[in-house]
Amino acid sequence: MSGDLVALLYLAAGVLFILALRGLSSPETSRQGNYMGMAGMAIAVATTLAVAQPESALSWAMIVGGIAVGGAIGAVIARRIAMTAMPELVAAFHSLVGMAAVLVAAAAYYAPEAFGIGATGAIRVASLIEMSLGAAIGAITFTGSVIAFAKLSGRMSGAPILLPARHLINIALVIGLVACIVLFCQEQTPAYFWAIVGLSLLLGVLIIIPIGGADMPVVISMLNSYSGWAAAGIGFTLGNTALIVTGALVGSSGAILSYIMCKGMNRSFISVILGGFGGEVAGPAGDGEQKPVKLGSAEDAAYLMKNASRVIIVPGYGMAVAQAQHALREMGDGLKEAGVEVKYAIHPVAGRMPGHMNVLLAEANVPYDEVFELEDINSEFPQTDVVYVIGANDVVNPAAEDDPSSPIYGMPVLQVWKSGTVLVNKRSLASGYAGIDNPVFYGDNTMMVLGDAKKMTEDIAKAL
Amino acid sequence: MTRRTLNTVLALFAVAMLAELAWMGQAFAAGAAEEGHDFISQFSIFLLAVFIGYYVVWSVTPALHTPLMSVTNAISSVIVVGALLAVAVEASEAFSFSGHWLAKILGLVALILASVNIFGGFLVTQRMLAMYRCKDR
Repeated sequence: MSGDLVALLYLAAGVLFILALRGLSSPETSRQGNYMGMAGMAIAVATTLAVAQPESALSWAMIVGGIAVGGAIGAVIARRIAMTAMPELVAAFHSLVGMAAVLVAAAAYYAPEAFGIGATGAIRVASLIEMSLGAAIGAITFTGSVIAFAKLSGRMSGAPILLPARHLINIALVIGLVACIVLFCQEQTPAYFWAIVGLSLLLGVLIIIPIGGADMPVVISMLNSYSGWAAAGIGFTLGNTALIVTGALVGSSGAILSYIMCKGMNRSFISVILGGFGGEVAGPAGDGEQKPVKLGSAEDAAYLMKNASRVIIVPGYGMAVAQAQHALREMGDGLKEAGVEVKYAIHPVAGRMPGHMNVLLAEANVPYDEVFELEDINSEFPQTDVVYVIGANDVVNPAAEDDPSSPIYGMPVLQVWKSGTVLVNKRSLASGYAGIDNPVFYGDNTMMVLGDAKKMTEDIAKAL
Repeated sequence: MTRRTLNTVLALFAVAMLAELAWMGQAFAAGAAEEGHDFISQFSIFLLAVFIGYYVVWSVTPALHTPLMSVTNAISSVIVVGALLAVAVEASEAFSFSGHWLAKILGLVALILASVNIFGGFLVTQRMLAMYRCKDR
């Protein structure tokens, strides 16, 4: 194959990846987009095999075996994973991209001829820099994602772990890292390469451990972005257009998602990275006193909603934890049969990753045209008779609008309190993930329906 | 630690970083001139792709942000091309701790990880996208 043809095929793969993302602008075109992504990947793999021309049977066996083993594992995971576990799955997948970047960089270092970047001990300086940046970002992505995975899947507490002088430690690590990269480019010895990897692995852990559970949507998008930059770094080493284009796409995609999540919480990216926010630690819990709340039963809630003409449902992370999305759809169906107009309102940071709630509702067969984003539905609350808040807390907290001393002041929130009646389903009266008390719970037009989200929603559906 | 010392440390850090960057840039330029390395054209592609990514991703509907993450994950596994090159390296018949054997083995592990991601990423995206339905269906 000629060099030009190879370059064109990689470019075609890159364009197909752009179209794959473009397809996601609407659910109708998204499935087609996904096929384009697959086609792009097939072209990239086939082209590479044609270029590399593995001769020995051993190489072929390793290639076929590797794809078969990895592909089978991936396919099984993709089929079995529960939709509620998507955040930790995505974190785990990010870690694999990061590790693959490190390994490819190492392979390029040990066999530079195969990658066309010089000979052992005499690798081009530019390639060395690209390689070490790819490996460093890859390693940070790897350990960072592993920690994010552990926090998201509950294998590790979501509470921030704050080391004393952690900023100094991080700065020292970054300086050490840069020094190692410089030395590696000059000496080209394996010790410096592995030192870069080691320092980056450590840095990945230290960057993510101080970040609390409530900031996970930012972290997971940020790691998405990192995995892209790592891929781009390797793309420069290989001089591969498909990899450079993809790395840039994924990098900017993750960066935009991080930005959207930060805006959804009214927090600066820097303050999220510095960490320490969220987790299960209770913050200043308002007055700390038990204020009177109105409690209601499933029958009360059913009666209120059945007699309403417009109901908006606000799901939050609690719905995902209780796996209540199917019960919620049944309740919604029951209300629609009774002639009630039902809509769903989703806050950008509801759940543990961007779009988490939308996927769960889609899984439960809620039509996507009944699901609305914050900006589109916030003006409708005053005309709404009943709002059913299920497992959401901070995203419906009016303190974000009227209490400048609140840690979440300035965050855009769903104005549920402007509706006729607010039904709040929670497990208990404890505060939310940000550890902030919510005045909505004590509102005159609020009725608390305490209990497990799934069981309570099922009971309401039955009582309809 | 007082704010002042922190600021001093940060300033020193920034100066050090700038010096390193300058050194790196110089090395880059030298390398590019010496060996005709096509860094600038690659960098142009990269920069333009960042802008394409910026506009394309802003047009993604927020409802599909989770599939966006899983599909970006799948496509970033195109790093598999590096793994394939490494596995295809021809090494001596018998196993030895030579650079080529190391590259082959590292490549194989990378190949497996990337394959998990490619198949897992695309299939889970497909599974999710199949769930998004309109009212009339």
